[in-house]
Amino acid sequence: MDKVIGKAVTRVEDMRLLTGQGKYIDDIGTPAQTFQAAILRSSSSHANLVSIDTAEAEKVPGVKAVITGEQVKKYLEPFSVGVSAPVHYYPIAVDKVRYVGEPVAVVVAKSRYIAEDAMERIKVKYEALPPVVDIEGSMEEDAPILHENVGSNIANHRTFHYGKVDQAFEEADRIIKHKYLFPKYTATPVETYGIIANYESSENQYTVHANFHGPFVIQAIMAQALKIPSNKLRIIVPKDIGGSYGIKAGTFPYMVLLSVASRIAGCPVKWIEDRQEHLSASSSGTDRVTYIEAAVKNNGKVTGLRMKMIDNVGAYIRAPEPACLYRTHANSTGAYDIPNLHIDAYAIMTNKLPTGLIRGYGGQELYFPLERIMQRVAFELNLDPADVIRENLIKKEQFPYKTASGGMYDSGDYMKGFELALETGKYEEFRKKQEKARKEGKIVGVGLACIVEPSGSNMGYITVALTPEERAKSLPKSGCSEAATVSMDPMGSVNVRISTTPSGQGHETVAAQIVSEVLSIPADKIKVVAELDTSTSAWSIASGSYSSRFASLGSSAVFYAAHKVKEKLMKIASHQMKVSESELELRDGAFYEKNDPTKKYALKRAAGSAHWNPLSLPEGMEPGIYETYYYSVKAAEPPDENDLINSSVTYGFVADLVTVEIDPDTGEVRILDYVTIHDAGKLLNPLIVDGQIFGGLAHGLGGALYEELVYDNKGQLLTGSFMDYLCPTAPEIPNVTIKHIETPSPMTPLGAKGLGEGNTMSAPVAVANAVSDALTPYQIEIDTLPLSPNRIWTLLNQAKQNKNKEVTV
Amino acid sequence: MKPAKFDYYRPKDLPEALSLLESSGFDGKIIAGGQSLVPIMNMRLATPECLIDINGLQDLNFIESDDRVLKIGTMTRQNTVETSQLIKDQCGLVTEAVAHIGHLQTRNRGTIGGSIVHADPSAELPLVMMALNGTLHISSEDETRSVKAEDFFLTFLTTDMMPNEMLTEVHLPIWKGRVGSSFQEVARRHGDFALVAAACQLELDAHDRISDIRLALGGVEAIPLLISDAKELLAGERLTDAALQKVADVVAGSVEPESDLHASAAYRTQLAKVLTTRVVHQAYERAKGSAVCP
Repeated sequence: MDKVIGKAVTRVEDMRLLTGQGKYIDDIGTPAQTFQAAILRSSSSHANLVSIDTAEAEKVPGVKAVITGEQVKKYLEPFSVGVSAPVHYYPIAVDKVRYVGEPVAVVVAKSRYIAEDAMERIKVKYEALPPVVDIEGSMEEDAPILHENVGSNIANHRTFHYGKVDQAFEEADRIIKHKYLFPKYTATPVETYGIIANYESSENQYTVHANFHGPFVIQAIMAQALKIPSNKLRIIVPKDIGGSYGIKAGTFPYMVLLSVASRIAGCPVKWIEDRQEHLSASSSGTDRVTYIEAAVKNNGKVTGLRMKMIDNVGAYIRAPEPACLYRTHANSTGAYDIPNLHIDAYAIMTNKLPTGLIRGYGGQELYFPLERIMQRVAFELNLDPADVIRENLIKKEQFPYKTASGGMYDSGDYMKGFELALETGKYEEFRKKQEKARKEGKIVGVGLACIVEPSGSNMGYITVALTPEERAKSLPKSGCSEAATVSMDPMGSVNVRISTTPSGQGHETVAAQIVSEVLSIPADKIKVVAELDTSTSAWSIASGSYSSRFASLGSSAVFYAAHKVKEKLMKIASHQMKVSESELELRDGAFYEKNDPTKKYALKRAAGSAHWNPLSLPEGMEPGIYETYYYSVKAAEPPDENDLINSSVTYGFVADLVTVEIDPDTGEVRILDYVTIHDAGKLLNPLIVDGQIFGGLAHGLGGALYEELVYDNKGQLLTGSFMDYLCPTAPEIPNVTIKHIETPSPMTPLGAKGLGEGNTMSAPVAVANAVSDALTPYQIEIDTLPLSPNRIWTLLNQAKQNKNKEVTV
Repeated sequence: MKPAKFDYYRPKDLPEALSLLESSGFDGKIIAGGQSLVPIMNMRLATPECLIDINGLQDLNFIESDDRVLKIGTMTRQNTVETSQLIKDQCGLVTEAVAHIGHLQTRNRGTIGGSIVHADPSAELPLVMMALNGTLHISSEDETRSVKAEDFFLTFLTTDMMPNEMLTEVHLPIWKGRVGSSFQEVARRHGDFALVAAACQLELDAHDRISDIRLALGGVEAIPLLISDAKELLAGERLTDAALQKVADVVAGSVEPESDLHASAAYRTQLAKVLTTRVVHQAYERAKGSAVCP
């Protein structure tokens, strides 16, 4: 049998997806008498709820129940949060509304049409309160307070000090600093949230089908909120999820809301979120202000960094926030060897949509200021930005590299990757072209970005939000457990059960490849079951699909589970053949005696004996072939008393080079070429890898040029539909060249690292650097996104006017 | 995002459609391709009580020409317009503009009439009607009338049509001689409504002097804006940079765009200037290059 792992095999999922046979949440059947829900949402960004009159709505024929926060509250506790600030978050407004789109009432009716008719008849009286939407405005003395019992809008504040920061700044030749704002934007999967919730009073149990993809630590949070034992909340995730990019972790408040709605209405309730709801009230990334200061030597070497980061988590801090601040904690200094680091981290609340996971989670917010300041270092010191990066990159011989904040970069050759980017993008040649083009009045530029792509989150990192003293009061959290089950039936067919709730990434394909290679049977004979059922699947708190954890963790669990099966079969074969295991080898579906290949024992026969003839098994062996493996990594330790934390398991590397041309008259940015070099360790399936990279890059380009959830100063959302919230579509995607280098990870059995989020992290700043580079003659600093033509032209126009003024003076 | 309840009719022919429209008073709405109407109904921004589906009126799906006037039936799909050789030969500006409407998928459904009567100030077809001095043919149960594009668009999403009236066909004059045209727009993405769009058609004499010109802009006012001064400024002359600049300045002085999420008033004014220069220049170059009509 040939090697299968690492081959660009096509996806087993595609046949059903392309022929309309996918099983998404809206495709699965519902129990009899299931009613449909519509959710009335707040039109006000900040107000006291004076009254909700549901009488007229209840009269609409076909309406089963109209449910308000007052009723829901009886069955709930507020969701527990990962910070010490006493924020009371319910999945529906109680007493107050705090963002536009917050649920105010749930209508349960025979059809969604009727539910929406009834919704229009609900009368809500609001008493308006002054809103706050600005990040720094929320921290001012006289700012309106969202949560009175918290006393301020600060949900979390921590400072971290690593190395000799003050000394680095004292000894620096230059201190280069700037303030950057990363905007609020989101992930826009084609399939929105969907839930079918059913409360069975006989068992006091909630069964919830939902396109929720973990982390399944949230199952515990949901059960706690519902005030039931966790085994009374059965969550079933369908086989297919129509994309997520992180945002479907945010399905959970609605799962709880619909659960209670089912209980109150006395029937199963189904809710499919619509696009307007998704944009206004699902979840989003954080907007972040970063004040960054770099202590720099004249040769461009950065010796220390100070960062004050203020994350806007929206109206309520909710799990897993403030994780956006800390997910990248170990890799806060990116791809650079910077031993001295000070971080002042805030999570603040404003009258905007609450935030959560979206692809890149924290990476784009971190690398935007970091990679912008690296370019600024170059410009201010009159150095080539490529040379400044070279000066600071972690060197090959430094791996495994311990970062200032406790990260353990497992492997890499950053210089090789970066030089490959420069070579592939013809950097030197472009610089010459640029000089010529500038003389012709053209505005062209090149942007570079080097980023570290963390994957496989250490569940301990979220507790960095607490002080070491606060952490000491509860049990430590660590690890990144993932489970997989491989079983063989009496006829020798293989089923693989995974708990990584894929949303289109092709986990079934890769799991089949791995099991195929380990057990030496063709991949198309292996059936992978991706549905997750918390009552019957093997899972753990870290299970799910986020932080690119399949390649690093999910695949490892599958690998070891397959090995457990192999070992058991080997024992059976050895027993039957009366040959020691060390003298056997598995190939082509059979065990062969190494010294005498004429003697073989078919895998199928070994499996058959385990079922049909258990008495023939070696003494003490259990019948059946059903092996589950729980995988975690030693390196995922809890944070220590000095707040050192290795927040992820593997760390990949991405080097981007992008060239742009800006239309001087219209400010439109055109990407000429995009080169991205990836090191994700050993690639498990290069075809899937490149697909993931393209998707992540498209999302990154969205952040760079198009996407923003815009709120006015009253807290009204201005980008409530796809008319105004602009996702890049196929014609907006430029020429992209992807190249790989592979430095296998020593952390994972297959040497693989997670990937797919890298360009979402790198593209916003790579494009910003290119635009900034193009605009150097005009001395324009790019300090926010997206780079809309309106924004670029306005900056350009101002710069030209300033220049004219200088001339007249 | 589910529409409010409505009655649905699918008339077989125009008289039946007009009769239904008449009887539904102010509560009727015609649906053709539905590319604008369906989303706004789903969002309950429009709640017509009666929907009259004219997709069965195949008599209104035609493209004809008598060499003087190009006639397009209201039910003609945008994609059919885009791929019509006749339209490309006789009224190339339409072909060039239609390619900017949405995406292939939406153009397969969207109709020429639907886009015109929706009267979005940034939309391509209303702008082209204005630029080409088109005529709109309108029917009610009792009357048939025609109205010039210049009198048809009243304000944002509002036309000269009464609730009992329906657009049946549009007529565009065919220019002969050394004619060139150009349509350009700046939009945030491929297929989006334009921030600003510009359309120009001009004719040259044998000495490359402009003998006639029509120039119009979209996205700068509540309706497509015809720059009627363009002819005065440019006619009788060869196109020079100075003349182009003059037209651009006139445009900048005459537009009063609004600011919105995607473009400030100042930026829209800038785009109006830039696009004016570009379309006039391109139309001129195309006219020079063409031996006969485009």
